[in-house]
Formats: sequence, structure tokens, C-alpha cells
Amino acid sequence: MRRIQVLLCSGTACQSSGSERVKRALLDALATHDLLPEVQLVDTGCMGPCELGPVLLVYPEGTFYVKVQPDDAVEIVTEHFLKGRPVRRLLWAEGAPQPHEIPFFARQRKLVLRNCGTIDPERIEEYIAVGGYEALGRAVTGMAPTEVVAAISQSGLRGRGGAGFPTGTKWELVRVAAGAPKYVICNADEGDPGAFMDRAILEGDPHSVLEGMAIAGYAVGASQGYLYIRAEYPLAIQRLEVALAQARKVGVLGPRIFDTEFSFDIELRMGAGAFVCGEETALIASIEGRRGEPRPRPPYPATSGLWGKPTLINNVETYANVRHILLDGPAAFASIGTERSKGTKVFALAGKVRNTGLVEVPMGITLRELVFDIGGGVPAGREFKAVQIGGPSGGCLPSSLLDVPVDYDSLSQHGAIMGSGGVIILDDATCMVNMARFFLEFTADESCGKCVPCRVGTQMMRAILDRIIAGAGKEEDLQRLREIGEMMKSASLCGLGQTAPNPVLSTLRHFPAEYEAHIRDRSCPAGVCPNLVRYRIDPDTCRACDACRRACPTGAAQGTAGTPPYRIVDELCIRCGACFDACPFGAVRKEPR
Amino acid sequence: MNKERPTKDAIVARHPRSPEALLSLLHDLQTANAGNHLTADDLALAAAHVGVPLSAVRDAATFYSMFSLAPRGQHIIRLCASPNCHLAGAWSVLDELRRLLGVEVGETTADGLFTLELTSCLGACGVAPVMMIDDEVMGNLTPERVRGALARYRRGR
Repeated sequence: MRRIQVLLCSGTACQSSGSERVKRALLDALATHDLLPEVQLVDTGCMGPCELGPVLLVYPEGTFYVKVQPDDAVEIVTEHFLKGRPVRRLLWAEGAPQPHEIPFFARQRKLVLRNCGTIDPERIEEYIAVGGYEALGRAVTGMAPTEVVAAISQSGLRGRGGAGFPTGTKWELVRVAAGAPKYVICNADEGDPGAFMDRAILEGDPHSVLEGMAIAGYAVGASQGYLYIRAEYPLAIQRLEVALAQARKVGVLGPRIFDTEFSFDIELRMGAGAFVCGEETALIASIEGRRGEPRPRPPYPATSGLWGKPTLINNVETYANVRHILLDGPAAFASIGTERSKGTKVFALAGKVRNTGLVEVPMGITLRELVFDIGGGVPAGREFKAVQIGGPSGGCLPSSLLDVPVDYDSLSQHGAIMGSGGVIILDDATCMVNMARFFLEFTADESCGKCVPCRVGTQMMRAILDRIIAGAGKEEDLQRLREIGEMMKSASLCGLGQTAPNPVLSTLRHFPAEYEAHIRDRSCPAGVCPNLVRYRIDPDTCRACDACRRACPTGAAQGTAGTPPYRIVDELCIRCGACFDACPFGAVRKEPR
Repeated sequence: MNKERPTKDAIVARHPRSPEALLSLLHDLQTANAGNHLTADDLALAAAHVGVPLSAVRDAATFYSMFSLAPRGQHIIRLCASPNCHLAGAWSVLDELRRLLGVEVGETTADGLFTLELTSCLGACGVAPVMMIDDEVMGNLTPERVRGALARYRRGR
């Protein structure tokens, strides 16, 4: 056992912030001071607060360093490791060096993410040392498949991919389905903009997902699993390949697991850039080597899935929960959360919030706790406006609904969905019409085109929103948006089309005044939509440098160099924004008309 | 062409002769081409190997956004165009990329080094705006960081 352990986050976000360079600098500094035998560096998965990366955690005392740069390595080694004095300027906040003292961590409850950031994901020994594959061992050596399914049912676990279908029920459907062989699929085609928990789990604790799949294989009677992952996640793919090879080597995957009759193996399948493949029937088509287009259900994959055989599909986070249910017991799992939403949920906080990153919380905490207590609220100078939850299938909830508990049923009651757990915080500089259009543009692009309601509906809604944003909206547009949206919800073939109108419908429901301002007053209250803003030069900030006048293509920006202030003649202005971009002093302001 | 042939055969031989190998095979064939794209020969080769009609291979190859039937640059730049990156200023990054590369989205630079593409969420929203150059993810992008990254790739990484 070495004197000091340094856990270095090597998730995608920290890697993109330069964690590899920090690691090399630390190794150099350790070598210089002959500390390599005393200090162990461990690459771990995501620790959560991504915007503060690269982050590292120093044990035994648990000092948490943020925004570490290669240049800081020498100071950390000489001050902290040699003299025992933490480098205060690199702590999250002065006087709160340890994670449990930081609100971001203190309010979380880690189950699925427990190993992320604490073990080396590329060493199966570390996973086994913290109880890894014990649940699989217990299942295959001491439980009947029906008992495993019963435990999952009793736990109340619901699918974490978005729809929230009871996991135990799904397992039972596949278990009793006629036909052989049966398959187990893990949906790692995490495509929702703003959701990155599956990536973090796969990068930080890949074995927890493989173990969950193997337990599922035992429970439903399958011996072959497929893990379908996006090609956009190269680091997760690499870690999974390592994990699979190690799992086969120690014998927790492959023939006769734990010397029983049960054999199970998993193959990786890579996507190729198609959002719709997150839909289960499209995903199955993609594994079969075809275009990833959904098909009508029923039959559900439970009876007719991959190659027409009974197939169990769950997502990454769902599988990662399984081992905890078997180890701690279904009752312990069910004691977390609310009446109908059990356990924890991982959320990805992003947008206009102080602490972005991954957090895991018990079901039923309020949006307010999530956004303000854990997320730290909106950065100074702006105000909270809405929280977008559930990505392009979800909705925007206003501040009046901040005390809504975060569970499957409460969220859908208010027009949002749990979805995969992407949470985007929006401030008062966000135009809700523009936001809704942005998500609709995404779903319009990603619509596979197979069914008319989705293919044409998204285009029609987008055209109407474009018109409203351009300042040519009509009074009847709002009703029309609602009608098309409701039609798409009821008539689209798959979840993509059924949920695509949600961003529009929820903003219409919670922010009607903003739509009305765009249409009736030809004004964008947030000052975002180019045609609906007015440019004005703040006389106190203007230095009469002439930059705006030179940039302006229509002669609307007027004035004399050296004699402030300049002004913009609204009648001549075509709202191109050239003056706004050109002004070096920020004197050009965008305002609602 | 003569040099390429054995390599392609070797790639094909790594994949099982089953339709389910199609996407992985197409990925590998595409990566093996200097132009980061799939040629007509590749599609025929894949069809023969996995045992599906050529039309089915073409069907799949044109459906998925990561496959291209037209030659692309040596490095593919994929800028995330999802809401989080949008909110964090991806458009100023895009402007800088367009300016530095002298191409629009979907185009390849004259020297054949870079192709500029947009992508859906890369799942690194905590460090938005984000782009990938080939398999490398880069976050917290600013116009300066974009300049540095391109310079690094121009020097050969």
C-alpha cells in the first residue's frame, strides 16, 4: 500500500481539458522527487463536475483539486505530497477541500455512479475488489431465474432510458416468451442532446453494465448479449473492449460462468450516426445490418426482437442498477425514491448553471434542489428562467414549477419527461420560441422519414416557428402548432415522433406570453430573435471609435469619429448584427422591439 | 489500387460473413480509405462478404450520417450543434472554423486535410462547446483553442 493515492479523472470531459498532460506532469514531478514508489496515480472515470476539469482527488485525506494545469504539478508534489500542505488555490472553494463538504457532492446519493471516479475502469481487479461480479455469482449459483426476475420486480426499478417501463415486467415477458435463442441487448446509443450519463458509466465503470447484462441473460434465458454503442464515443468503446477481454479472461463472461451450466457472452456493435437508433426496433434493425428504421409495435421485442427472437432491451443505466438490487436486496433499493419511482437517477446538468456535470440523486427530489442546491443556480448577473428536461423529447418547466418532485409521473404531468436525464438550465437571455425551434430542427433532421406524421409534422411545425421567429407569425399559428403537435403524439410510429412536439407544446403551455409577444407585438422579449430586436448604442459606453459605422452595410449606424455617442437609425437597420459584433466596447445593445 | 487490394481483403476477413457485421465492416473500410469515404468497390465487397444485395448495403451506407460516399479530408472535424453547445457559443466557434478552413459545413479544404461537419450531441456537455477531430474530443472551445487545434493537426498532430 502506497502512502498517497491520486485519483485522476480521465473521462472524456477531463481529457478534453488536458488531464493527460496533467498526468504526465505529475509523473515527471514525482520522478524528480523520488516519490514514484510512494504515490500511486489511478486513472478513473468521471467524478461529476465536468466544467472544473481536470479534477483529481488525493487520498488518504480526500483533498479535491479542480482546474489543475500541468504547471501546477510541481507545487502539488512539493507542497502537498512532500510537506503535507494542500494547495489551497486549487481547492473547489477555500476551506472546503473534501468532497463531502461541497454541496455539489453532499446532496447526491451515488449508487450507479459509486465506482465512477473511485476505481480504475481498465482493471477488473479493482471492480471485483469493491464487490464486482458478486451479484452475478449469487444469481447463477444460488437463485432461480424466476427469483432474479422477482427481485427486479420487487425493487420497482423502471427503465432509465426515458419511457420508464417497469424493468421486472419486461424481464418476465422475455423469460416466458416462446422461442430460442433469446437475446439481451444494451442500448448505449445515448443520443439525447445534453445527456451523457451513459457515456460516463461506460467510461468509468464498464463492468457494472456487463454484469447487469449477464444477470439479465441468466434471468431471461439468453446466452448472447449485444451492446450497441454510438460511434461518437470512442473512449467508451475502447474501455468496453478492455473490460470485455478481462471479463472473459477471469471467466465472468464466456462458457460455464462460476462453474454452472450458464454461459453468456457479449459483443459490441457500433452505430454510425443516427439518433433514431436509440428507438428499440430501429436499434435492432441496425444490429441486423439494416437501415435503422423503427417498425410498428406490437410485436414488441420481448416476443419478436433481434432476428425475430425474444429479446430484452434495457439501457445502460438500467443495467448498472441491477447488481445493487441483488446485493442490497430489492427492499433496500425500493426504500429510495417515491411511491412509483424507485432508486436514484443520474442527471446531466448543463446550460446556464454554475456547476455543470453529472449528478446522481434519489428520485423525488425537487427541481429546485437539483438546480440550485446541487447545480449552484444560475451564474451571477442573470436570472433563472426555465429548466429543459428530457432533451428533444422533453419539455421546459418554468420557475413556478421548481418544487415539482423529479419522478416519472410528476414530470410528465407537467408536460416534461424524465427522459434519459439531460437537464439544461436556461436563463432570462433565452428565447423560448427559439429554443423550441432548435429542438424541433433537431428532430426534423433526425426523423427517419418512414411515417408521415413525424416526417411532415416536424417540417410543418418548424415552418410555423420559423415564421413566428422571423416576425411574420399569425394569430392562428398557436392553435395550429397545438393541433399538429397532438396529431404527431397520437399518430407517429415511434417515440421520436410521438415526443418531438413536446418542446413546443410545453413552451406553449408554460410560456404563452412569449409566443404572443412574437406574434402580436413583433417583439422577442429575450432579445434573441434577430428580426424582432432593436439595436441601440449605449451613449455612456460608446467611445466613438467608428467601428460600427464602418461595419454597417446600410448606413444605419451613424456618428462622427471621436465625438460620442453614435446612434442607430432603426428605420434603416436590417438587424444583421454587424455593429454588435464590431463594437470593441460592448456599447451596442440588443433589446426587444 | 494494387497496394490497396490486399489490405481491403484483410479487413474483410476480420468480419464474420453475416449481415450483422455490415456496419462494422463499413466503418473499417471507410477508415482504410485516404478519403475517409466508401467507394463503389467497397460497397460491392461488403455486399458479397456479408451476403446481402448491393442495394441493401447502399441503403445502409446512405442512411447513417457517419458514412460518406464522396471523398472527404484526411481529418474529419465534427462540431457539436446541440443545444448545450449552441447556448455555450458553438456558432462563434463555427465561424472561426469556416474562416480558418475557408470551407462551409460539409466541404473539404483544398489541401484535402480537413472536412468540416456538424454532429449531434457528443455527450461532453459539461465542457461545451465541443468538437471532435477524428477520435479526439476537444471541449471549452474558443476561437483561440480552435486555432491551436488546427495548427496542431496541420503539423501532423
